[in-house]
Amino acid sequence: MDHIVYLDYAATTPVDERVLDAMMPFLRERYGNANSLYALGRDAYKAMEDARERVAASIGASHPGEVIFTSGGTESDNTALIGLATGGGRSSGHVIVSAFEHHAVLEPAEWLSKHGFDVTELGPRPDGLIHAEDLKAAMREDTVLVSVMHGNNEIGTIQPIRELADVAHAGGALFHTDAAQTLGKVDFDVDELGVDAASFSSHKIYGPKGFGALYLRKGTRMAPYMMGGGQESRRRSGTQNTAGAAGFAKALEIMDAERAAETPRLTALRDRLVEGVLGRLELTSLNAAETDTRLPHIANFIIKGVEGEAMLLHLDAKGIAISTGSACSSGSLKPSHVLLAIGCPQEFAHGSLRVSLGRYTTEEDIDFFVESLVPVVERLRSMSPLYAKIKAAHEAG
Amino acid sequence: MQLYSDKVMDHFSNPRNVGVIEDADGTGEVGNPICGDVMKITIKVDDDKIDDIMFQTLGCGAAIATSSIVTEMARGMSLGDAVSITKKQVAEELGGLPPAKMHCSVLATDGLKAAVDDYLVKRGREPIAGPILSSDPNFDPHEDEESESEACDL
Repeated sequence: MDHIVYLDYAATTPVDERVLDAMMPFLRERYGNANSLYALGRDAYKAMEDARERVAASIGASHPGEVIFTSGGTESDNTALIGLATGGGRSSGHVIVSAFEHHAVLEPAEWLSKHGFDVTELGPRPDGLIHAEDLKAAMREDTVLVSVMHGNNEIGTIQPIRELADVAHAGGALFHTDAAQTLGKVDFDVDELGVDAASFSSHKIYGPKGFGALYLRKGTRMAPYMMGGGQESRRRSGTQNTAGAAGFAKALEIMDAERAAETPRLTALRDRLVEGVLGRLELTSLNAAETDTRLPHIANFIIKGVEGEAMLLHLDAKGIAISTGSACSSGSLKPSHVLLAIGCPQEFAHGSLRVSLGRYTTEEDIDFFVESLVPVVERLRSMSPLYAKIKAAHEAG
Repeated sequence: MQLYSDKVMDHFSNPRNVGVIEDADGTGEVGNPICGDVMKITIKVDDDKIDDIMFQTLGCGAAIATSSIVTEMARGMSLGDAVSITKKQVAEELGGLPPAKMHCSVLATDGLKAAVDDYLVKRGREPIAGPILSSDPNFDPHEDEESESEACDL
């Protein structure tokens, strides 16, 4: 492949050169174990704590010790769900998660439901948002934990976290948010949002894969998920990834420094994308289009009368990387649980495309994508036994 | 991760026999848009042999490739032979399919069966294809195979 037009930044991002430079010393000469007492170890420890302080400052944590380094968003989510629900030796209670969480939250929630806890999956409305009044209605006297993601990874809607956290707290429950998609991309302050715990991922912000963090407000009881050497103040055992920590802290710093310029740039590119796709293709729509509070870099389209994986493969042949919520891409029979949760009919959810932009996306990339997508969709629609019927039904209203 | 064979990619990228025979002798339409796959096969029959065959498919890469290859396999076959093509033969002809995609080949064989039976029934003859699995609303395409659940990180 000569040139890849990468439009899947919500799946992962390349490591920024500046991040790689910050990491390299810890892969080579500064390789010490941060728990060793000699100079090499103390050097690694200092680098770890420096990274922790910088991350804590970025997210508005009142103490660096509130930041626990992990192996990524999935570990942070798993730890938060299971660790907070079972914190203090609790073995039963009620847990609420939104129905369009990442599976890294839904799966541990399901595990909890099989191990003594009641779990409610709270549905978003068609606007792609979890509404505070719906959460209020779902709260019970024994609700111990509420987890609602900050920005949805498929449709990009940003949830009203402050309102939701207030509802949880009023009911005596802890509040966790999965912020893997929002960290660095929108203002993120744990006090302003009022969260007790938050999950972060490094590889979504041009940092290395296999690294992340969990914010845990001081005084919050959490059972550790990884046990062993007692690192991270006994909350996450395992020799710390110093290169990962240095890279993550640097990646977050760059996001923070460039956000004021990057957000309008990405928003303009996304609007150009949406205008291009909706303007050039009939029977196409943007999911949760009516919601203004959204991430600047994600657009999720329904393209009626085509199947997502077929679009993905044709675009791949042209060097374009995108995602689809089609069932065929996931190996199950059901399309995206996110699209189903916001009320998208199954037959159309199979024709979804998620396009996500990032630091290296250009106007030329967007235009190339739109110019490539149009003939792909037209060709697939011309092969479809249903498209004429879908169009006729649409024209008949 | 599901990887397609070169032959699957060839039939997906350059599908053979796409379209509708306007004065078809038999038409088979199978699948369900809820599941994401719908296939339509039209055939011309001469002396109980498939003289011409075309397809239209709404579906994933495997659905399009299996549709394409089944039209190639069936062209020139007797009706009896055509309805005997199994999903396994379709998959083998394509150099294999990922386990989670095996059900797509059921769609292809079922479309062919439905078209043959449509031809026979229209002429007052007995259908020969047997049950059309994928048109049954309770049909579970994964029931007879080991389906691997795919990891998904959007």
